[in-house]
Amino acid sequence: MTNHWVDIKNADLVLIMGGNAAEAHICGFKWVQEAKQGRKARLVVVDPRFTRSAAVSDYYAPIRAGSDIAFLSGVIHYLLENDKIQHEYVKTHTNAPFLINPDFGFEDGLFSGYNADKRNYDKSTWSYQMGEDGYARVDPTLQDPNCVFQLMKKHFARYDADTVSRITGTPKDAFLKVCGMIAECSAPDRTMTILYALGWTQHSVGSQNIRTMAMIQLLLGNMGMAGGGINALRGHANVQGITDMCLFGESLPGYLHEPTDAEPTLESFIAKRTPKMLRPGQMNYWSNYSKFFVSLLKAFYGPNATAGNSFGYDWLPKQDTAYDVLAMFERMHQGRMNGFACQGFNPLASVANKAKVSAALSKLKYLVVIDPLATDTSEFWKNHGELNKVDPAQIQTEVFRLPAALFAEHEGSFTNSSRVIQWHWKSADGPGETREDTEILGQLFTRLRAMYASEGGAFPEQLMKLHWPYRIATHPSAEELAREISGYAVSDLADASGKVTVKAGEQVAGFAVLRADGSTACGNWLYSGMWSQAGNLTARRDNSDPTGLGQSLNWGFAWPANRRILYNRASCDANGKPWDPSRNLIHWNGKAWGGNDVPDMRPNAAPEEGVGAFIMTGEGVARLFAPGMVEGPFPEHYEPFETPLGKNPMHPDVPAVASNPAARVYQGDMELFGKADEFPYVATTYRLAEHFHFWTKTSKINAILQPEHFVEISEELAAEKGIRKGDVVTVRSNRGHIKAVAVVTRRIPVLTVEGRKIHTVGIPLHYGFKGETKPGYITNTLTPFVGDANSQTPEYKAFLVDIEKA
Amino acid sequence: MNVSRRGFFKVCAAGMTGSSLATMGFAPTAALAEVRQYKLAHATETRSICPYCSVSCGTLVYSMGDKSKNAKARIFHIEGDPDNPVNRGSLCPKGAGLLDMVHSPLRLTHPEVREPGSNEWKRISWDEAFDRIAKHMKADRDANFIEKNEAGLTVNRWNTFGFLASSAASNEPGYLTHKVLRGLGAVAFDTQARI
Repeated sequence: MTNHWVDIKNADLVLIMGGNAAEAHICGFKWVQEAKQGRKARLVVVDPRFTRSAAVSDYYAPIRAGSDIAFLSGVIHYLLENDKIQHEYVKTHTNAPFLINPDFGFEDGLFSGYNADKRNYDKSTWSYQMGEDGYARVDPTLQDPNCVFQLMKKHFARYDADTVSRITGTPKDAFLKVCGMIAECSAPDRTMTILYALGWTQHSVGSQNIRTMAMIQLLLGNMGMAGGGINALRGHANVQGITDMCLFGESLPGYLHEPTDAEPTLESFIAKRTPKMLRPGQMNYWSNYSKFFVSLLKAFYGPNATAGNSFGYDWLPKQDTAYDVLAMFERMHQGRMNGFACQGFNPLASVANKAKVSAALSKLKYLVVIDPLATDTSEFWKNHGELNKVDPAQIQTEVFRLPAALFAEHEGSFTNSSRVIQWHWKSADGPGETREDTEILGQLFTRLRAMYASEGGAFPEQLMKLHWPYRIATHPSAEELAREISGYAVSDLADASGKVTVKAGEQVAGFAVLRADGSTACGNWLYSGMWSQAGNLTARRDNSDPTGLGQSLNWGFAWPANRRILYNRASCDANGKPWDPSRNLIHWNGKAWGGNDVPDMRPNAAPEEGVGAFIMTGEGVARLFAPGMVEGPFPEHYEPFETPLGKNPMHPDVPAVASNPAARVYQGDMELFGKADEFPYVATTYRLAEHFHFWTKTSKINAILQPEHFVEISEELAAEKGIRKGDVVTVRSNRGHIKAVAVVTRRIPVLTVEGRKIHTVGIPLHYGFKGETKPGYITNTLTPFVGDANSQTPEYKAFLVDIEKA
Repeated sequence: MNVSRRGFFKVCAAGMTGSSLATMGFAPTAALAEVRQYKLAHATETRSICPYCSVSCGTLVYSMGDKSKNAKARIFHIEGDPDNPVNRGSLCPKGAGLLDMVHSPLRLTHPEVREPGSNEWKRISWDEAFDRIAKHMKADRDANFIEKNEAGLTVNRWNTFGFLASSAASNEPGYLTHKVLRGLGAVAFDTQARI
């Protein structure tokens, strides 16, 4: 979330799309109710299902799963066409005035530079025109035909209300009604907040779904505003924190890059990763990349990291290719992996195409499952009848199952969706011989290191040089680790006058003091300051809120720098005056920025210096034109890989752009995509209010509340197929089938798309063969093995099935 | 009089003890007839966070046992933390059932191994588990470690071992997991956050 849970109460309009907060984020949803009661805010829900969020909304519009970009592009068209944008904001805080390379183009659903064989783009034309001064050229009048604003107008002109309605199935009047309500928030003193979740991310165009919405928020002037922003309602209690620790093969903590084969030296790496300033006088905050990176190397390798050995750069493994979860299971399936560990992760149930996952796990030599609960994955080799039909004798994988502690059985910090890091304390030991994750890792690593010390082996130096200063080597403590994450001075730090400001060994106050010369160590620059010389700031429990905006700046610690609302500089005009004085986050007081949040700006940057609000970009402004995206700098509607239409209605004669042309599809998986003639219904998976993923099926009370796997269909489809409520039905995709109880309701709208009737089948995901719930099939037996082109998040939210009475 | 909810429990508990003692005249048999005290009044209260969704609601975890060395604490009640500015004391149907996950019959209680081709779990000690896993990992790493790529550049990676990291773990084990994985040369890992 750019904003935070409590801040939702400051919104005038709450849009829930691609999510269902009333059921999936229940206690956060109360702030929507608070906005409705306190500010007379309206709630609009756009969803393929009439969810419980929809049930308490002021307006609900149905939409076909997988057509969000068409809907949102139509909103952009409406805003531009009806001149409902916040002009001053757009000029000041976005790249609308920037001039784009005249060779950039868009034709037949493809942007310039497409390579059909590689399914990717040469992005060289997706670039700014550069002036002789070395900076990007701009046209403040927004009239140049090659400026972002004009290109945008042209690009989105195709998404008129009729086209949108034809693709999405949203009735035209409903679409226009939603547009009208959104458009009201272009007034400087009205804000819309958008709450989305996996209903947007789990598509082959997931990142572009979110980006289209971000463009709308920029056009309305809602980014950085109280009650505005782009708010991802994330999954687990610490999914945000683990994302920030970047447990991704391609990243290092704090969104730093893992070096690749193309960066053989520290110098080449830093040169490549440090962005250039694109407009004069900008903060271009990533220009500090080397400080964050070297400080991380110092945290990893301690005294072994010196300037002489490039701070241990060679010890870091170099990445050669993708190793995201789909890529790993593909490699495993090809027999290219020997060992695998699942820590609190149940991939048999949660990764797409269970049959492929199961076959892949069966090819491993060893599998280690670290979990508090008996997961389905840990018993992938066991025959559970028709729910998991395997022959254990044929599976040669050695499987270890290690009992781990649950949340209440260890201390540490969780980062919520609002980026607020909060400490939790240990209440009791876990049952039996349960151990904490930190000890399991500590034991394994120290044993491996001892084996390498005594026996030798492949490159023992990599293990030996890792800095391991923990008091109990086999069990690093949460406190020690939190201090390391936050960062400390390795040697005395002096200011420009030579005065020592931080002594060696002291905790640093924040990332601003990190250095690239090896004098500071910091495990995650974004979290720097969470444990300063003042102590553990994540344990702060002062919930006071003096201005009533809900900021509670002394509760826990928010990254970065305890800032609660990102881009808050954009809540002011060019002169530093708040767009809406009644929701004043920060302002320029003549000498400095200050107010009710930590300014997202150099505190002494006078407005006349022209330092842009989006300090992480080289432009200093937000990008309506975003060349960083894989499939295009502007969003375009592409169908899900399993489309009920068989073509892209925006480009009906170009089969190559039916679905995302830049998405990665593995051989074998493409062939397993189903076609509409055999699988005519659109399926979408979802969560229930009473369950959380695959955990709560192990809890008695939740199993009582929602005991059995079901699928939800409309009365109309039920009548067509002769299904009555309570019947057991078989739902089949081209990858397998599940059986579940039919729940027949009016909550699933039947839509008219391209003149045809489209039915939706809703499938909750929470069931499996291990648990207190009635044993059930795994929903992800059905889902396709393809991910979003940018993030590789699988397309769970729109695929094709057939359904019949079992 | 302004009494907080927790304070109210304390006053009640004290009052009940006092009044029953007085009524019974301190007779030794009185203890048997005494009204059972509220468990919460003498429980240990620990501040924690619901591990389910990313609202990350503040919780109060109540356990018996005073955390002294020989007292084995047992969690018997979990409720929302009224001080938390986001959930303000409430929990949802998921969070309200947390106690049943803590005491789920599906909790793992000891290390186990399922050997190749076998149809059953075998209980093993932690020592054996760590040793066997470490041996697997070392043999794998020694056999498949790539020190230099085809171009002769140093890459120091091990990509035949993969790891899926938990999004339910705290930041500290998350960071440690990352550090340990890089310390082994691992490049093949991902987290629940992706999906």
